[in-house]
Amino acid sequence: MTDNTKNITPSNNAKPQKRNHKRILLRLLGYIFRYWYIAIPAILLTLASNQLALMGPRYLGSAMDAIGNEGGVLIDTVTENAIKMLICYVASAILTYALHAVMTILSQRVTYRMRKQLFDNLTRLPISYFDSHAIGDTVSRISYDIDTINSSLSSDLIQVLTSLYTIFGSLYYMFVISKPLILVFVITVPIALIFTKYKTKKIHPLFSKRSRKLGELNGYAEEMLSGTKTIRAYGKADVIEERFNARNSDAMDAYYNADYAGAVIGPAVNFINNLSLSLIMIFGGILFLYSRNGVVPAESLWFISLGGVAQFVMYSRKFAGPINEFANIMNEFQSAFAAAERVFRIIDEKPEPLDLPDAEVLTEVKGEVVLDNVNFGYDKDKQILYDICLHAHSGQTVAIVGPTGSGKTTIINLLMRFYDVDDGVISVDGKPIQQVTRDSLRGAYTMVLQDTWLFYGTIKENITYGREDASLEDVIKAAKAAKIDSFIDALPDGYDTMLSDDGINVSKGQKQLITIARAMLPNTSMLILDEATSNVDSRTEALIQKAMASLTEGRTCFIIAHRLSTIKNADVILVIKDGHIAEKGTHEELLSVNGIYSSMYNSQYSKT
Amino acid sequence: MSVKFIFRYLKPYKTRMVVGFLIKAVGTFIELALPFILSYILDTVIPENGKIINIVLWGIAMIICALIALICNVIANRMAAYTARMSAERIRCELFERIMNLSGRQTDRFTLPSLESRITTDTYNVHNFTGMMQRLGVRAPLLLLGGIAVSLILDPFLALVMLGLMPVVFVVIYLVSHKGIPLYSKVQSSVDGMIRVVREDSAGIRVIKALSKTDYERRRYDKVNKKLVKNETKAGLTMGIVNPALNLLMNLGVVFVVLIGAYRVMGLKTEPGKIIAFTQYFTMISMALISITRIFIMYTKSSASAKRIAEVIDSPADLTVKDENEFPFVKEDGYIVFDDVTFSYNGKTDNISHMSFSLPKGGSLGIIGHTGSGKTTILNLLMRFYDVDSGAVRIAGKDVRTYADDDLRKLFGVAMQNDFLYADTIEENIKFGRDLTREQVERAAKIAQAHDFISALPDGYEQSLSQKGVNVSGGQKQRLLIARAVAKDPDILILDDSSSALDFKTDLMLRKALKENMTSSTQIIVAQRVSSVQSCDLIIVLEDGKITGMGKHEELLFSCPAYSEIAESQMGGAFLD
Repeated sequence: MTDNTKNITPSNNAKPQKRNHKRILLRLLGYIFRYWYIAIPAILLTLASNQLALMGPRYLGSAMDAIGNEGGVLIDTVTENAIKMLICYVASAILTYALHAVMTILSQRVTYRMRKQLFDNLTRLPISYFDSHAIGDTVSRISYDIDTINSSLSSDLIQVLTSLYTIFGSLYYMFVISKPLILVFVITVPIALIFTKYKTKKIHPLFSKRSRKLGELNGYAEEMLSGTKTIRAYGKADVIEERFNARNSDAMDAYYNADYAGAVIGPAVNFINNLSLSLIMIFGGILFLYSRNGVVPAESLWFISLGGVAQFVMYSRKFAGPINEFANIMNEFQSAFAAAERVFRIIDEKPEPLDLPDAEVLTEVKGEVVLDNVNFGYDKDKQILYDICLHAHSGQTVAIVGPTGSGKTTIINLLMRFYDVDDGVISVDGKPIQQVTRDSLRGAYTMVLQDTWLFYGTIKENITYGREDASLEDVIKAAKAAKIDSFIDALPDGYDTMLSDDGINVSKGQKQLITIARAMLPNTSMLILDEATSNVDSRTEALIQKAMASLTEGRTCFIIAHRLSTIKNADVILVIKDGHIAEKGTHEELLSVNGIYSSMYNSQYSKT
Repeated sequence: MSVKFIFRYLKPYKTRMVVGFLIKAVGTFIELALPFILSYILDTVIPENGKIINIVLWGIAMIICALIALICNVIANRMAAYTARMSAERIRCELFERIMNLSGRQTDRFTLPSLESRITTDTYNVHNFTGMMQRLGVRAPLLLLGGIAVSLILDPFLALVMLGLMPVVFVVIYLVSHKGIPLYSKVQSSVDGMIRVVREDSAGIRVIKALSKTDYERRRYDKVNKKLVKNETKAGLTMGIVNPALNLLMNLGVVFVVLIGAYRVMGLKTEPGKIIAFTQYFTMISMALISITRIFIMYTKSSASAKRIAEVIDSPADLTVKDENEFPFVKEDGYIVFDDVTFSYNGKTDNISHMSFSLPKGGSLGIIGHTGSGKTTILNLLMRFYDVDSGAVRIAGKDVRTYADDDLRKLFGVAMQNDFLYADTIEENIKFGRDLTREQVERAAKIAQAHDFISALPDGYEQSLSQKGVNVSGGQKQRLLIARAVAKDPDILILDDSSSALDFKTDLMLRKALKENMTSSTQIIVAQRVSSVQSCDLIIVLEDGKITGMGKHEELLFSCPAYSEIAESQMGGAFLD
């Protein structure tokens, strides 16, 4: 319990972060061990395949001894050992592949689950989440971040296990072969460790700097490219180029510095390997010389055979590899943790609260809507709506007018309960909307928004989106009412035409008509309509107007209105200014009160 | 073609590169000597005279070789990094310069996102490649060939055993990548499919919630998620063959060498130490092979990138200055004249057809119409971002095609729609690289009604904007852009939909200030709002690239149905602004 509170407050010291890492690791392991029936075989496979790979050099050693035998080559022993090697290596390869397959399946299950959890929770989140988070960010979490976790899970974990097994395994075998020769590593291992430390301390930061600088340069290039037209208009390309060049050279310096330091990595790893090889040859060579001469008896600690030298050389390579890899793996874990944290943050995001346990289901809605002293703000410290009162009778049309940013869309958000009011009550047919189920409340409305939303699918799928059981006749009827039927008929695939980004050319106005057709299908008693500002040619505009008019028939309508005709015909005009209802009434009433409505109307439309 | 392109930029560093290659070659060859010495110690030094000092000396020789290899490789890598850095810098500079000078038509053809990725990802790929090419491109083939050569010297017969495996390795790599790469493009398209659902649903969340379709969307997502998992698994299972297979082949080689070597030792044709040396060469050679495949993959990627860069840099110059004999001077009353202009962006449908109008010096022109009606196109032609298909655009009687670029640009002050502010101080954003005094900047800000809010900022004119100016509001942004446009008292002031986010009062004050201060400027105001153009001397109403009304506000309200329709449709939102 205390853990939770600590986790919320951001802290700078490293300790809680470490604990955080531990928690993320445990949670990730939880995902894996959910599939224990895959994970456990995977561990066994790792151990087995590594053991087999480690046994190969043993038989090589025995074979070499048989070859280097003083009394002549023992060909039977050689053959026997060669066959054993063959079996080991083939088996190891098969097991390695089996392991890879198992891990692929495991990590795919985990990613599937993560992606699903993320998306499922996404659909449960309140609208406010989508209003305050960029789509690109969500997309990068569900694709890039989960990918990072995936590759880390499928390879790094196995890599760690393999590395540890290989290090200790080869150390064990080298110990068996020759204890004194192990001392070679007293020299090389510290060198490798120092190098690893240098790598993490010196080179990694340079590479991070390099990515950062390149990111900045890319950002700058994108920014300037977005302004090419202006830059050309002012004839200032040369000035901008100069600035770009300075940044470019800066970024290239960072790149070069990282490369310069990084130039050591490959050769240094090779050097450490070669150094071990040389040292083994010196000390191993001396021991081998004395063993060969018989100065050191076969039972002695100091004895080594030719095969022993050969094995030692092979194990030493195996031994050094993982040590060099460790820094890289740790780095990858770091980024996987960071990615996991971002993914978990969405999965843990608080969903829309549940409906009240005794929430009613709205049925047979008459469409009487009352807003009683409604106050609301998206942020606590910035109120948007103040004391909104409105009584819309069944079948009435309410036109909401006012400048952009005055709070018109916010009223819609509250009616649909995309947001909950801070204060006051909204009720439908006398029932406060907080006490009815969200689905039934939203289902009682039909909504046509300004930004037309169509998804990748056929026209028919898009139109029936609000009522999946609609027949083709219903769809055609809706399309006719929305004045889009002739356009659809003219398409080669008609109602089965796919709406995609790169597909057929559907204009903005036609998209609007398709969404109106969608709105025609569900039979609701209330309508919310956001009149589009004129972004289409006047013919389509006229069609849209007609289609919208047939939508409003017999329904309680809330219209964010722009056209004079809509406003004039409304039963109630709501003039919103700075979140307040400035004026309320019919067109004639408002003209007669000589307020803002009438003064503005007169200034623009009195044709004197 | 693409390799040639890269070489163009590497050429200045020819000598350096050759020296680097030589150093690298020395380092690589010396490394190849190590297993050779190893077998010499085991087969010759120890059996023949058995002196410790000799073993130690040869061992030290090995360490020295390792050290020399280390030093040579590090030096060569660093030289490679330098060459890669210099050439990549040059490529990126030239690319950026060319992009800045592309014509509007060329920019459209390449598209901005594509140009962006050419300057970022593609240049990065080429940089990476030039670096890697120099580091591994020499080392890997040398290790491969050198390894083969040395092992041939050591024991030709055993070397042939090893060489026999080489084609098998190539076949394995070829087959797997042949099968695997198409699988990855399938994975990519399912990733796109998944992302599309996430994008669509995030954008349409209101509709989804309004219609209670979350379960439906979850099922839709589940389908793409499953498909993605299926394709990823398939690709993973296929590509996973490479590593175990290569390892197995390498180990098989060792087994064969041991087995066959045993017979040869028996026949006194080779020594045991050589077999151990062979196991070492085997490792080296297979590493080299893996590097070569990596280079090959990298090459395909970066040659495509190089090609895309070359396309831009080598694109021919457009919009050259034409001779006055071709487009002669016309003596006329109008200062800005469109003379029967027709233009099309894509060469198929006309965006502007047979348009003519004339504006006197110092006059103001309002252009109004729906999006896509051709408003911005008029400006594009006037500023010569594009050339007309037929007809002529003249300023002061001179065809815009005959102006020297700088002379033409000097005439204009422009504030465009969704125009561009960048991460720098406010003062610099107004100056925009021109020689302007602080007084001029402040005067411009005052005219643009921006001075008050700028002064109220903590750092005033030194306040930094964030990228693309996201830390100022829409209205503030527009005022800064207008300040930039008026700062140098341009002959022609163009405001393209640049006061749409201003409230009514500020807009009114702005128009007043423009009228008072910009007396010498000819003004062109493009707007969707009637209120922004209603005081212009001349208003043009556009529909589908044609002029459907021309005159003053009062005249048009009566005479032009399109104009009064626009005015009417703006009632609800605009009239209160």
